[in-house]
Amino acid sequence: MQYILIIFLIASFGIFFLPNGLKKQKALILSAVQLAAFTYFAIRIPEVTSAETKFLMVEWIPALGLNIEFVLDGLSMVFALLITGIGALIFLYAKAYMKSYPGTDKFFMYLMLFSAAMLGLVLSANLVLMFIFWELTSFLSYFLISFFHEKESARKAAFQSLYITGFGGLAMLAGILLLGSIVGSYSIYDWMDGAETIRQSSLYLPGLLLILVGVFSKSAQFPFHFWLPGAMQAPAPVSSYLHSATMVKAGIFLLARLSPVLGGTNEWIYIISLIGVLTMLIGSYFAITQTDLKGILAYTTINALGVLVLLLGIDTKESIKAAMLFLFIHAFYKATLFMVAGLIEKKTGTRELSKLGGLIKYMPFTFIIALLALLSMAGLPPLLGFLGKELIYEAKVQSPGIASLVLVLGVTSNVFMVAVSLFFARKVFLGKSATYEKKPNEKGMAFLIGPGILALLSLVLGLFPGDLGTAVIKPALSVVSDEVVDVKLKIWHGFNQVFFLSLFTIVAGVTLFWAMLKRKKLLEIWRKINSVVFSVELDEVFAWVMDKFVKISQLKTKAVQHGYHRYYILTIIVFTSLLLWFQVFVIRSWEFGISFTLKPFYISGLAVIILAAALTSSFSRSRIVTIISMGVAGYGISLIFMYYSAIDLAITQILVETLTVVMFMVILQKLPRFAVLSSKRTRLRDFFIALSFGAVMTILALKAVNVNLSPTISDYFVENSYSKAFGENVVNVILVDFRALDTLGEVTVLTIAATGVFLLLKTKTKKL
Amino acid sequence: MNSIILQLAAKYLRWLFIIFAVLALIRGHNDPGGGFIGGLLAGLAIVYRGLAYDTFQVKERMQNIPEWFIAGGLFTILLSFAPSLILGNTIMTGVWLKIPLPLIGELKLGSPFLFDIGVFFTVIGVTVMFVFSLTQKR
Repeated sequence: MQYILIIFLIASFGIFFLPNGLKKQKALILSAVQLAAFTYFAIRIPEVTSAETKFLMVEWIPALGLNIEFVLDGLSMVFALLITGIGALIFLYAKAYMKSYPGTDKFFMYLMLFSAAMLGLVLSANLVLMFIFWELTSFLSYFLISFFHEKESARKAAFQSLYITGFGGLAMLAGILLLGSIVGSYSIYDWMDGAETIRQSSLYLPGLLLILVGVFSKSAQFPFHFWLPGAMQAPAPVSSYLHSATMVKAGIFLLARLSPVLGGTNEWIYIISLIGVLTMLIGSYFAITQTDLKGILAYTTINALGVLVLLLGIDTKESIKAAMLFLFIHAFYKATLFMVAGLIEKKTGTRELSKLGGLIKYMPFTFIIALLALLSMAGLPPLLGFLGKELIYEAKVQSPGIASLVLVLGVTSNVFMVAVSLFFARKVFLGKSATYEKKPNEKGMAFLIGPGILALLSLVLGLFPGDLGTAVIKPALSVVSDEVVDVKLKIWHGFNQVFFLSLFTIVAGVTLFWAMLKRKKLLEIWRKINSVVFSVELDEVFAWVMDKFVKISQLKTKAVQHGYHRYYILTIIVFTSLLLWFQVFVIRSWEFGISFTLKPFYISGLAVIILAAALTSSFSRSRIVTIISMGVAGYGISLIFMYYSAIDLAITQILVETLTVVMFMVILQKLPRFAVLSSKRTRLRDFFIALSFGAVMTILALKAVNVNLSPTISDYFVENSYSKAFGENVVNVILVDFRALDTLGEVTVLTIAATGVFLLLKTKTKKL
Repeated sequence: MNSIILQLAAKYLRWLFIIFAVLALIRGHNDPGGGFIGGLLAGLAIVYRGLAYDTFQVKERMQNIPEWFIAGGLFTILLSFAPSLILGNTIMTGVWLKIPLPLIGELKLGSPFLFDIGVFFTVIGVTVMFVFSLTQKR
């Protein structure tokens, strides 16, 4: 199982190294790889059905509870089949679609990497590992949306989706860490074992909310849904694969994964189903007024994602069964429709609904395929979509608590969906033929194979759903809920409440469709109402917030990173001395361990000389005098070191002092004449700052004598210097043995400083 | 400044400086000295020569000498970690090799000494790089 990920990884980078003859067929090769993986997973279905989970665990960072754990159970199986199966068809389709664009190597690499990351996501049993794959899919989605990077709108949409899904991902990580801290593990199995503890913990609600932010942003739920229509800037295969069949379902996957752990509580049911129901309604409502083919599909996708979230939120046996089935249904029809939309755009050069019409004449096969998919989307018999809708209604009827609200909104949104599906078919394929620049055709088998197979699946599985239920959906259910339920799918359920709801939906939907077609004004009025009522577009709000955020950052950067070296130093010194003064006042102890024993006169004399030198250097108006007197102070200090028999320190001090003076002298020749440039006030200010800093450092040095860290570490050094480290020079032994890490750090700092000086002085200055 | 006395002195004293630098490095473990001091001394030798000839211009192929010194020094430091790791100890544990030598007695070679050599070269490189960068024409 883990080898599939590795193979995918090799395949995605391998296409760069293909010989020229094979390079043309790279999409086919990748498609074959996907198909092989699909077959592998399909073969293992029986093993999963017998509830035997395949498990792999490699310790990665055990200290952080981060292990590479993969699992292939019913739930992962459902998603793995979708990812590889639809992936195989998408690559086939992309071969035809991407033919005329440059840089396809990169495109296919991203797409293949994406499917590897997505597979990793659904297979990982460790939530932190899953998070890593989760973010990887966000990144790859960014690259794929911005594939046509010459277009500004594509770049903008890519950024928007990256920001939103990335932000959600981070929130989710925080949630995972919070909840993980309760059971002390990130493995999903440990979470399941400790489910009761987690649900009763006070961290449950914050953790749940954070994880839900991640789920909702990834799966385009309200109020994050607006990135999905923006992401339609991507090439059609990407929209079809990432933004309808797989990536946006990652949130659904996570909800299903976590449902046994976090589900069943009131918070879970109400928050998730409310957001789901809202998203469902918003999606279908806005789908109607869209004029762009892919726009319609994007909003219907939002609707479908809302339905899925709602079903997982309701959290009953029935609803989860419906969700698992709908996952397939939606993937089948929506991937098909996206591919069809891409094909139409390719052949006619437009995606605008108003510029299309009568395509049935030119593209009959496409019409049949699209019709099957659209009927499935509308939920009409005998397609798979109908089965799904029946199950969903059943789940909604039985939903606890908010059944009436959910049911009313659910029926309303399905009425919209029926109308949109019919409207789509009517406007694009039937009616008067629009004028096209060149005659559209449907040449290119690769274009039709993918959507064709998926549309056929919608039909065939709709008629004979038996195996899908028992072989694939039942094992998945057993992962999500404890009770084992039989999944028997059939078209005819008898005359019951659900049947009449379905009937009503269809009738109302067709009526709405008729009204939209005959009364042209209806749509216009509708759009006008929308533009008034929903005058605040969420993506504009988002753009505004991002814009302001950047502006504030710029202001802050300008204020803090002004580029004046003197002010940087000023800031550092003022801040440090303030902190130190504060600490001094907190302690309020003015005892210093000074013993005023008489020192030999030469030491007192030395101190006077050092003081005099320091004063001279600060008040002198000649640079040479300043430097030399600083040197005098330095040598004086080294003499004091010598007096206290710190020979090594004294030697080092002398050498450094010499070097400093020499370097100053060297620079001195290059400097302009000495001039007083700063005003009296600035100098006065600097004087006080320097004085305060010097004073506090003096106090610090005097206090340091008093601080007695017990037991004194220097005793240890002295005792063990020879016996353990074979050195008589304790200073050196400390430097190279006891505290070698410090020395390593110091040497590294020196190197960095030297590199900085080198770069500063060697690079030619460029006017900015 | 173009003093023949200084130049002549520099010619010979330079080597004295370097000899002392190496001495300081070697005796460092038991007597005052060590890699840091030795490195500064050796760096000063180079600076001294430059001062005497009033020029720090070096031949083209010598331009990268400081970088090589720094890189070599840091690499030597890394190398000094190897023995402790190979023996399975905590990193930076001192490992000592005792070689009995006739006449002198016993020669102790340890990984801390290798570490000190690394510091020695890094400090030389850093010093020279400072001075080179400050003085060379752009």
